[in-house]
Amino acid sequence: MNAAQSSGVFGLGPTGLVVLAVIVLAAAGFVLARARAMASAGGDARRLHSLPNYYGYNAAMMIAVPALGVLVIWLLAQPALVQNAVLDLIPQRAIAEGSSINLVMSDVRRLAEGLDVAVAAGALSADEAADIVATGTDIRAVLGNVGVALGSDVDPEILAAAQEYRSLSRLWSWVMVAVVLSLALAGMAIALRSARAGFRARNAVERGVLWLLILAASLAILTTVGIVLSMLFETVNFFSLHPWQDFFLGTTWAPNFRGNSELSILPLLWGTLYIAFIALVVAVPIGLFAAIYLSEYAGPRLRSVAKPLLEILAGIPTIVYGLFALLTVGPALVTLFGRGEEGLLGLTWMTGATSVLTAGLVMGIMLIPFVSSLSDDIINAVPQSLRDGSFGLGATHSETIRQVVLPAALPGIVGAVLLAASRAIGETMIVVLGAGAIAKISANPLEAMTTITTRIVSQLTGDTDFASPETLVAFALGLTLFVLTLGLNVLALYIVRTYREQYE
Amino acid sequence: MTDMTNAAAPAAAPKSSLLQQDARTRRRNAAETRFKAYGIAAIAVGLVMLAILLVTIVGRGTGAFTQTFITLEVALPADTLDKKGNRDPEEMKKVSTFGYKPLLAQAFEAKIAATGGLDSDLDPKKMAGILSDSAPAQLRDFVLADPSVLDRTVAFEFLASSRVDGYMKGRVSRDSIAQDKNISVEQLDFVDKLIAEGSLEKRFNLDFITGSDASDARPEAAGMGVSMVGSFFMMLVVLTLALPIGVAASIYLEEFAPKNWITDVIEVNISNLAAVPSIVFGILGLAVFINYMHLPNSAPLVGGLVLTLMTLPTIIISTRASLKSVPPSIRDAALGVGASKMQSVFHHVLPLAAPGILTGTIIGLAQALGETAPLLLIGMVGFIASNPPDSIASGLLDPNSAMPAQIYEWAKRADPAFYERAWGGIIILLVFLVTMNTIAVLLRRRFERRW
Repeated sequence: MNAAQSSGVFGLGPTGLVVLAVIVLAAAGFVLARARAMASAGGDARRLHSLPNYYGYNAAMMIAVPALGVLVIWLLAQPALVQNAVLDLIPQRAIAEGSSINLVMSDVRRLAEGLDVAVAAGALSADEAADIVATGTDIRAVLGNVGVALGSDVDPEILAAAQEYRSLSRLWSWVMVAVVLSLALAGMAIALRSARAGFRARNAVERGVLWLLILAASLAILTTVGIVLSMLFETVNFFSLHPWQDFFLGTTWAPNFRGNSELSILPLLWGTLYIAFIALVVAVPIGLFAAIYLSEYAGPRLRSVAKPLLEILAGIPTIVYGLFALLTVGPALVTLFGRGEEGLLGLTWMTGATSVLTAGLVMGIMLIPFVSSLSDDIINAVPQSLRDGSFGLGATHSETIRQVVLPAALPGIVGAVLLAASRAIGETMIVVLGAGAIAKISANPLEAMTTITTRIVSQLTGDTDFASPETLVAFALGLTLFVLTLGLNVLALYIVRTYREQYE
Repeated sequence: MTDMTNAAAPAAAPKSSLLQQDARTRRRNAAETRFKAYGIAAIAVGLVMLAILLVTIVGRGTGAFTQTFITLEVALPADTLDKKGNRDPEEMKKVSTFGYKPLLAQAFEAKIAATGGLDSDLDPKKMAGILSDSAPAQLRDFVLADPSVLDRTVAFEFLASSRVDGYMKGRVSRDSIAQDKNISVEQLDFVDKLIAEGSLEKRFNLDFITGSDASDARPEAAGMGVSMVGSFFMMLVVLTLALPIGVAASIYLEEFAPKNWITDVIEVNISNLAAVPSIVFGILGLAVFINYMHLPNSAPLVGGLVLTLMTLPTIIISTRASLKSVPPSIRDAALGVGASKMQSVFHHVLPLAAPGILTGTIIGLAQALGETAPLLLIGMVGFIASNPPDSIASGLLDPNSAMPAQIYEWAKRADPAFYERAWGGIIILLVFLVTMNTIAVLLRRRFERRW
């Protein structure tokens, strides 16, 4: 991808140029194929099998789709190929104590990019950059002049690897351009040859479009596979560096970037579930009663005002709730439960604004519309005949709701609560700002605790080293979170689905 | 009914009457009233929370849109700023901002000498301390842009430091600064004199909307502009990728997919992806786009790709709903006059479903615009993008921030002046979200068809 950053025409690298070229070729192919087909029919569109434009579309698709498809695959594969080739050049001793292949590779990449920048800025000529030897020119000074700061002096082996990286990247980029362009031209040739009156262009185009649609639909699967694989690999790495017993069964979370960390998920899981529990205690009764009132009692006017207003709460970004927790709810709780004599109740139970209760309360507010609109739909789906039967037996409205409507809607409501729980467990910004950073297992809701999502953010932001268990643990946490929320979602969908079948 | 009761039991008083409630009925009716009250209370709590939230945002955030400015006439002596005297900007660049700093103190001295009633025994350096740290740089940029101003006295408008600004907005008081090294009571007295004299005032600050973020020490100079550009480029990526892919996937699933287990897997997959926590998408972005593909860190392109994957399920679900709402008779009619299946979908069903698709897309974009968590993992916080990008390629590939990430950054800095800016940033973000959602609602009202 470095090629994409180096300047070219319009600031595009070879990748951008080749995309542009393919698009131009496709447009040209459209015009030419259409004209050819018309000519073969003697200018009479009625003698063509398909409408004239389909011949053009066919050509454009034949040119663009294989070429761009190969381009995307190429871009995905090239970094790994180049890296493997360069790795052979780096001797074991260049990988310093406490360092790793990944770190050395990132040095190599930075150096290669620096050389590219230097060439672009004119500090080095292209030949100089290719022949530069660490002993000859002071590469660090040269790159420093063009604004690329290197951490330490450059090892000759690393420099050689960087040169190799540059030349391989460039070579592969040009090979890519050649392959993609020849594919496009081949597609153009085939499409133009077949652009004759008897050719069933529409059928060909529609088959192609169908495949594109299928491709788009399978992207969802690809995303899931990507999520699982990206986390699985790093998690396996993590467990090779850190015992799994400690991760799942230990009781202390104490990351230490000098090694010897205790990385156990239990305190984080406790914080996560505790906060989610408080959030549900707030959101479920309020959301459920709001839904009952809106669907059973409220007139159309109140309903048309209150429902959208409540749903605004769901549309507010979570960062806003996070700030609200940190700066409004947290200090308000401290005034209530802390500060001793100065506080409202004269208590000293709470010291900081961040706590389980702060995050839980705010998250509960966020989840109110989630619970209420889901339950609203479910209550509305309960057939009117059930209510009528209950009224006919003399039950009051509330008795009908409690003893007939709610039991009938119960599976759906349980599903809604499970979905809300999955939201609460995966929520990040509110807990990052409102819950605190202390990992502990305690029952006091006024203490700061930390959650899985908070720790993922803190282990993966800033300077990260993807060879240390302290960073890799984030992927194990992420995978646990994914499995947890996935389980809740599947369970909720299953319950909702079974329930729906009862009345249809 | 009453007649019958009278006739049947004229002598004995009735044990129960419809006119008089017995204890059991009263209890049941009370339970009814209570139940209803719970419902009303629940709605009221929800609405009160909304009101508190909005009032907090507006109350705390509007301050960020005004800023305290100090007007000051500064003499620009050529002998210190351009020692060689040849007015060559390259030569003059050697004088750093430190060289310009004393000029501010001298300007205050000159002002006191010139203005009666403004006497203060404050050290002139301390006086200059009420200006923003960016004031010397502002002077330097002005001089370097046009060296001919040397040896003249020019009136400048400087930002006041964040403490003085806080004093003007009521955030800082003489009591609250007892432990504060950045400002003293004497300086606040001097500020009061400047207000009376008219050279210090609080007014609307466009830089907050258009400017870039500033370092920790200069909250008064920080703005949202550059991160807005970052968000814009991310939304551009999301729109160009998520809309076509989402619509294509929905068309396949709704119109062409055979009912088999593969289709089932895809559908279950999409509904699950919609509920995957956003931070997981951030991990995916970090692992795939940055660690594997080596796309630049902090680039809006990467943010856009991550948000695309996150928004796709939303767009697919709403697009499928609007495709489903187009009645089968439209398809049958198209097929009946000889259109192919593909033609009936693309020529007839899709245009009729377009308003619904557009509405869903705008709502999906609004969601993506407010999302923060995945951006933290791909590095869109923690640095200062000082210049807006100058081309589309640099807008996509150069490190930048995004609106919600910028707000988070300010919230983390633990300075009341930055908190105010975070709330102000939220107002800007909410303005965008409200606009987008309003457009979506209007589109739906205007074009929605009931079949």
